[in-house]
Amino acid sequence: MKIVVCLKQTFDTEAKITINPDGKINDQGVSLIMNPYDEFAVEEALRLQEKNGGEVTVVSVGGAKAQDALRQALAMGADKAVLVTAELAAMDEYSTATILAKAIAGLEYDLIIGGFRAVDDGSAQVAGRVAEILGLPVVNVVTKLEVADGKALATREIEGGSEVVEVPLPAVITAQKGLNEPRYPSMKGIMKAKKKPMEKKDPAGLGLDAAAVAARVCALEYFLPAPRAAGKIIPGEPAEATAALVRALREEARII
Amino acid sequence: MNFDLTPDQQMIRDVVRDFADNEIAPRAAETDRTGQFPMDIVKKLAQLDLMGLPFPEQYGGAGADNVSYCLALEEITRACGSTGLTYEAHISLGCMPIYLFGTEEQKQKYLTPLCRGECLGSFGLTEPNAGSDAGGTQTTAVLEDGQWVINGSKCFITNASFARFVTITALTDRSRGKRGISALIVPTDAPGFTVRAGYEKLGMHGSNTTELFFDNVRVPAENLVGKQNQGFKQFLSVLDGGRVAIGAMGVGIAQACLEASLAYAQQRVQFGQSISKFQAIQFKLADMATRIELARNMYLKAAWLKDQGRPYSKEASMAKLYGSEIATRAALEAIQIHGGYGYIREFPVERYLRDAKLLEIGEGTSEVQRLVIARALGC
Repeated sequence: MKIVVCLKQTFDTEAKITINPDGKINDQGVSLIMNPYDEFAVEEALRLQEKNGGEVTVVSVGGAKAQDALRQALAMGADKAVLVTAELAAMDEYSTATILAKAIAGLEYDLIIGGFRAVDDGSAQVAGRVAEILGLPVVNVVTKLEVADGKALATREIEGGSEVVEVPLPAVITAQKGLNEPRYPSMKGIMKAKKKPMEKKDPAGLGLDAAAVAARVCALEYFLPAPRAAGKIIPGEPAEATAALVRALREEARII
Repeated sequence: MNFDLTPDQQMIRDVVRDFADNEIAPRAAETDRTGQFPMDIVKKLAQLDLMGLPFPEQYGGAGADNVSYCLALEEITRACGSTGLTYEAHISLGCMPIYLFGTEEQKQKYLTPLCRGECLGSFGLTEPNAGSDAGGTQTTAVLEDGQWVINGSKCFITNASFARFVTITALTDRSRGKRGISALIVPTDAPGFTVRAGYEKLGMHGSNTTELFFDNVRVPAENLVGKQNQGFKQFLSVLDGGRVAIGAMGVGIAQACLEASLAYAQQRVQFGQSISKFQAIQFKLADMATRIELARNMYLKAAWLKDQGRPYSKEASMAKLYGSEIATRAALEAIQIHGGYGYIREFPVERYLRDAKLLEIGEGTSEVQRLVIARALGC
């Protein structure tokens, strides 16, 4: 069984986000990680491979640094990696999905897995778009996955409960927290990762010209949330303080 | 000049840091309080192939370098001093003599299960009358009918309760003093061999510290490690590697002190603002961070020299001396920053002090390190 995992390198979830004077997000000195939802996808692919045999290929679109995230997936046990470096002035979900789909179209696959969203921009669009371009069914926010006889049985979250759906393979599955507990790469895995193949491509090499991958959506402005105001301590005897608190909640905060 | 870690070294450090934060740190206070050896954590270290990290794959190791090992050790020790010491003694003292001086057969038989984490490595050097002065070694091994007959005792030996065998030093030629010392592998189930774990210690409560007693213990002649009567030279080179590792442990504890102190100083409010806004506290934190950076660079340089196959004895002693002394100092300052809370067990910094002090003593005291450095200067 051939499995392709789409993964993205994101800011560390604990990274402090700042904005440069030019209005762009400052990425200098920020530690980067594999998008945690994509880690679930890698883990699930490896478990399916351990059960059914086959091959796991990890694919990413990003800058040169994204190879660190791919290396981590190789260290966890993936067999090979494809990095498409796209040095575009602006990218949106359309650009990323177009490039990813083109890169994946050149691979053999029975199943494509990715995180259901990235923790940075959180658009949750890319996997669905890839499925659309490749003409595949897609099942989102999956928390349990079984694969047998050319079909995938996926449990997914829906409002107030869960739903079990069956899709024929090949299909695109997106991972939600709860699907599995990702493994730590072993030390031997880390040492072996550098010997595994990592193919490097660019959009032109995939036959995509600038117009084909130009962003359709343009971010106009980035801004940080207003800093949280300091808390307020209401002094006095309990009875009076309670009355003052209720008044404040009603008149200042207007929540009761 | 290049101060960047290689991608492998970086990933090893990051993975071990993550593992240490999630799996080791939450258990550290309990391990310290109960003195229970955290065997389940050791098993998890083995699953990650950490127990043979710097040894070749042919012996079950991961084939990483010494820099990677020291980075991993720093992270483990940052989370829990006891677990760090268990790991350090396993690799630097338990595995290393067999790797450096063992025959191919000994490596297959003894190093491989150690690297796989099937048992813990242990090295028996110190005796009641032979600490800094190895010339005081009194344990003897006499060759009789193709077997070594061992008599004597050892003290302060790490990991031996969880070892299948211990590499020990013994006098094989009494007339030659320290030039008559040899190293021997002794199975812990050999008749006449007793391992006793009964010390009450200041810190490192989750590390297994034992006494060894040998009463006419017989092992085959082939259990000799390296050359006969070369044991002294051999263990000096084993200790060089161990000293770099202890330097990394010191940085781990000091880093834990800094992280705890910074977090506390930022949330503790006095006189209407967090105490991290006061220069008295800021200067302590700045000094702590500076010393940590220096000590880290020192152990990394010493480990790098070792990886390059260059002499590194002096640098190893510097890494250990400085790394261990700044750890104790950082722990004292961390307690001071925490005030009354630093003195009670609800906060981790008093544990850091108790654990750090050992690093100034084990594998060569600070005084011995200064002697080694002075000799390298030509004194």
